[in-house]
Amino acid sequence: MDDRDLSRALATDLDAAFETLLRCHVDRIYAIALRLLGNAADAEEVAQDTFVRAYRAIGRYDARRIRGLDLRAWLAAIAVNAARNRRRRLSERQPALPLTPTAAGSASVGLPEPDAIRRAEAERLGRHVAGLPERYRVPIVLRYVDDLSFPEMAQALGRSEGTLRAQVHRGLALLRAAHDADEREELTA
Amino acid sequence: MTATDAILEAALRDLRVPAPPALADRTLVELGLADRFADLDSPIGPIVVAWNGRGVSFVGRADEATFESRFATEIGRPLSRGDTVPATLASAIRRRLAGDRRVRIPLDLRGATEFQVAVWLKALEIPRGEVRPYGWVAAEIGHPRAVRAVGSALGHNPVPLVVPCHRVVRGDGAIGQYSMGGPEVKRLVLSTEGVDLDGLVELAAGGIRYVGSDTTRIVCHPTCHHARRVQARHLVRFRSLPEAVAAGYRPCRICRPVASAA
Repeated sequence: MDDRDLSRALATDLDAAFETLLRCHVDRIYAIALRLLGNAADAEEVAQDTFVRAYRAIGRYDARRIRGLDLRAWLAAIAVNAARNRRRRLSERQPALPLTPTAAGSASVGLPEPDAIRRAEAERLGRHVAGLPERYRVPIVLRYVDDLSFPEMAQALGRSEGTLRAQVHRGLALLRAAHDADEREELTA
Repeated sequence: MTATDAILEAALRDLRVPAPPALADRTLVELGLADRFADLDSPIGPIVVAWNGRGVSFVGRADEATFESRFATEIGRPLSRGDTVPATLASAIRRRLAGDRRVRIPLDLRGATEFQVAVWLKALEIPRGEVRPYGWVAAEIGHPRAVRAVGSALGHNPVPLVVPCHRVVRGDGAIGQYSMGGPEVKRLVLSTEGVDLDGLVELAAGGIRYVGSDTTRIVCHPTCHHARRVQARHLVRFRSLPEAVAAGYRPCRICRPVASAA
């Protein structure tokens, strides 16, 4: 079922169709949350919160509005907001943001060497992404981790495509700089 | 785009990881689109409690083989076994079963009619250790003639014990049906709660429905905690409320006897 069929099904019977929405989008929403927050436990809560908010919102919308939803951009926007709230609450309690290993990347014993290196690289990149200022982090995550187009991102974030292109460009530059700084540190260590 | 950009972008795309397998199922439970169930200790032994993010949805006996099939027929949502009943729910249920009527237990009663919900909420008002006739519930919810419908609604109570439908009995002293395993289980639950069933049966056999005190001139249901405080030498027995009223007694404001209660 594609998203157009899905939004029509949601407009007809929310409870019957919502599980399909959840199962179709749970991986990407979790990935967005994980990369915005840098922490698997918080990402799970934000992903769940995203779907709870979506369910309640659709329950309030009339059928026409539901049929008109761009589900990908709409869910991404909810996830971004939920992650922002979560991060704000966390930063009140703990200033630093450690990147805990994800379930997929936590088992380190017995894996071939290239995998271990790739995983370490991915963890480092994940840490750098989570450490970006929010105005660059959100566009970077939506553009690359979630593969949203610039028009979809503009819709989700309420920013112009030009602004978003500039923010993605700047975000990539910051990530490159962080990567280079790490390399230099390793060489001199 | 430079080669480094392409590598960086590819590496960013590799940061997609699948969600933990349990996340979708847990979210469905949170939304109330699926339920979990687990065992819980209770005064009548282990019971089974089903719940979702909206509240407790179904209660049954742990030794019944039909819990899941009854849930499928009556509720119809996906149901899976959970480890334990969530701590806050479990403690609220235990406190409620111990007689604390102030404790709030969220209930998921979707699918029930307004009438059923009114009956169940009324049953919640009956204190532990007391019983009321079906007709009393009917009168209290503003449908004094719907005594059979009250019985039917209580029989369909999806959350027995939590909503104490066992505290509603027949006016003639017979204990009446019980959705959680028939009259024997109902008797056991009421005895556990301190109801003097033999005393009730004895009164009913003599046609006695109400008791009063000749000092206060107040008439009560026999299990009302005010009636139970009356000393034997002051206890007066009545076959009907009109008989009590004719004798100069007024109905208790706590247990509110009604003339039509059968």
